[in-house]
Amino acid sequence: MIKNKILEKSIWALWLGLLALPFMGKKAGILAIAILLVILLLPLLNGLIARFGISVSRLNFLSSSANWLKTNKKMALLILFSFAAILPLFMNRYFVDVAVLCGIYIVLALGLNVIVGLTGLLALGYIAFYAVGAYCYALLWTHYHINFWLALPIGTALAGVFGVLLGSPVLRLRGDYLAIVTLGFGEITRIVLNNWDELTRGPNGILGIARPSIGDFIIKQPIHYYYLILAFVVLTIFITTRLEHSRIGRAWVAIREDEVAAAACGVNVTLMKLLAFATGAAFAGLGGVFFAGKMIFVSPESFTFMESVMVLCMVVLGGMGSIPGVILGAIALIILPEALRQFQFYRLLMFGGAMALMMIIRPQGLIPSQRRKMELEEENG
Amino acid sequence: MPALYLDIVGKKRGVNNNIILKLEDVKTSYGRIEALKGISLFLRKREIVTLIGANGAGKTTTLMTICGIVKNSGGHILFDGEDIKEASPQKLVRRGISQVPEGRRIFPRLSVIENLEMGAFIRNDRAGIRSDLERVYSLFPILRERRKQKGGTLSGGEQQMLAIGRALMARPRLLLLDEPSLGLAPMLVEQIFRIIEEIKQGEVTILLVEQNAKKALSCADRGYVLENGLITLEDTASRLLENEKVKASYLGA
Repeated sequence: MIKNKILEKSIWALWLGLLALPFMGKKAGILAIAILLVILLLPLLNGLIARFGISVSRLNFLSSSANWLKTNKKMALLILFSFAAILPLFMNRYFVDVAVLCGIYIVLALGLNVIVGLTGLLALGYIAFYAVGAYCYALLWTHYHINFWLALPIGTALAGVFGVLLGSPVLRLRGDYLAIVTLGFGEITRIVLNNWDELTRGPNGILGIARPSIGDFIIKQPIHYYYLILAFVVLTIFITTRLEHSRIGRAWVAIREDEVAAAACGVNVTLMKLLAFATGAAFAGLGGVFFAGKMIFVSPESFTFMESVMVLCMVVLGGMGSIPGVILGAIALIILPEALRQFQFYRLLMFGGAMALMMIIRPQGLIPSQRRKMELEEENG
Repeated sequence: MPALYLDIVGKKRGVNNNIILKLEDVKTSYGRIEALKGISLFLRKREIVTLIGANGAGKTTTLMTICGIVKNSGGHILFDGEDIKEASPQKLVRRGISQVPEGRRIFPRLSVIENLEMGAFIRNDRAGIRSDLERVYSLFPILRERRKQKGGTLSGGEQQMLAIGRALMARPRLLLLDEPSLGLAPMLVEQIFRIIEEIKQGEVTILLVEQNAKKALSCADRGYVLENGLITLEDTASRLLENEKVKASYLGA
C-alpha cells in the first residue's frame, strides 16, 4: 500500500522533472527531480517514522503554529495586514507593480470564489464582468468626464447587473453545461468590445482615461496604486467573509452540496444563485474600474479567455471556498509566471505541469476551506 | 371506485378543519407521460398515512407534487384548506410541509450539526431551534455522538436519521417521508419505524411512502394503494393488512 504510493508519487515527480529538463539543463533537472521526490515523499516518510514511535519535532512545530493561528486569528490578521502595509516601502517599482497586479487578481479571485467556490456554479467567462467594469469607467470618462470615484460604484453595479443577466438564463444548467454557456458569454463580450467600433473603438482600445485623484493629489505612482488596491482587497475580504458566514452564505453552500436538499430546507435556490452571480460579478466590476484607472487604457486584449482560466485556477489551486486559500492562490499564480520570466518559452509548460501536479497531490487546494463552527455548536459547548 | 372507499368517505367532501392535506383528482405528467392519472387522498391531523405501491406506480411523484417540486397539471392540492398549486417548494417549507427526499440527500461535506442547522434555515427563533436540536438528538442519540462528523461519512442508517432530523428541524406540521427504509439493514429498518411512531407523538402529520408495505402498514393509521398512477384501494392500515389483494401483491404472503 505504502509502496504503491511511493511509486505513484515518484512517477509524478519524474514527470514534472522531465518537463523542467529542457530549460534547466541535465544536472539541474536531475537535482530538481531529487528535490521533488523528497518533498513528495516526506509525508509518507513521516508516517513510517511515526509507526516506529518516533515523533518528528518539525511536525510538532508546524501543528502548534497552526494552532496558534487558529486561536489568535485577529492577531495574525493584524500582523499580515501591517506586513502588507509596509511591504512596498522595501520594494522597487517593478515589484510594487507586480504586487498591484496581485491585488487586482485577489479581488477577482475572491469574487469568482463566491460563484464557484461557495455556490458551486462553474463559470468560465468570468473575465467579462471585469471588462464591463473597465469599459464602464473608460466610457464614462471619455464621454461624460465622470471621475474614478463616481465610476467605481457605477461600474460595480453595472457588472452586478450583467451577472444577473447572465445568471437568469443559465439557472437550470449545471456543471459542464453551465461552463460552456458562461464561456460563450465571456467570448461574446470580448468580441462585441472588439467589433463595436463606434462605442469601444474596437481593437484600438480607449486611450486617455483619467487617473484617480483625491482632491488635488493624483494617484500615479505604483505605490499609490498599491495602497488603493490594498484598500479594495481589505474591503473585498471583509465583505466576502461576512457573506460566507451569513444566512446567504449558508444557503450558497447548501446549494453547492445538494440543490434539491437545499430547496427542501426552504432555500430559494433561484434567488440565491442569481445573488451569487451578481455578487461575484460586482467584485469583478470593482477590479475592472481599478484596472482602467491604473492602465489609463483599455482594450479587448486584456479580457481573453485565458484570463478567465487564470482566475479560475487561482480559486481551484488555492482551495475552493476558502478565502485565505484563494488569496494565496492568486498571489502564487501571479508571482510564479513573473519569477519564471527568464524561461520565457518554457514557463507555460512548467506552469501547466505544476498545476497538474498540484491537483494530483492536493486536490483540496493550498488551504482547504473550513466552515466556521456555527453558533449553536459553540453554545452547546 | 371500489366499495371499500365508502367506509371512510363519510368525511371526504365538505369542509373539515381536521383535515390538513387533501388531494382532489391530482394529475401530474412528465412530458407526455402521465405519472398521476387523477388521485384523491386526504390526511387528518396527527395521522400517519402510508402510500404503498410497486416501482413506478407514482408514489414519489405524489410526494414531489405535494411539495411543489413537480407541478400538477390538473386537480387541486389543499393544505389547511388552501390551494397550494402555485406555491414554490421553499414557500411550502415555510408553511409547514417538510420532506425527506428519496435517497436521503444530506449535505455530504457539511457536518451533522450543520446539516441540522440547514433544516432550520427558514427559522429565526434561536431558542426554539436549540430546543428542537435537543429533541432531534434525543430521538437520534447517534447524531449527537457524530455531530462534528461530515454527513457523507455516516452510514446509510445514520444518514437516513440525519435526513429525518433535518426535516424535523423546520418544525413541520406535515412530514413527507420517501422510502425511509430503502437500502437499510433490517435492524435499522425497525429502528426507523419506531422513530416514525415516536415523531407522531408530537404535532406532526406524516405521509409515508414505502415499498416495505408490511412495515409501513403496521405503523400507519390508514393506507392507500397506488397502481399505475391511480389509487386502487384505500382503508385503515389494519384492514389493508388483512386484505387478500394487498397480501398477494405487496406483503408477499
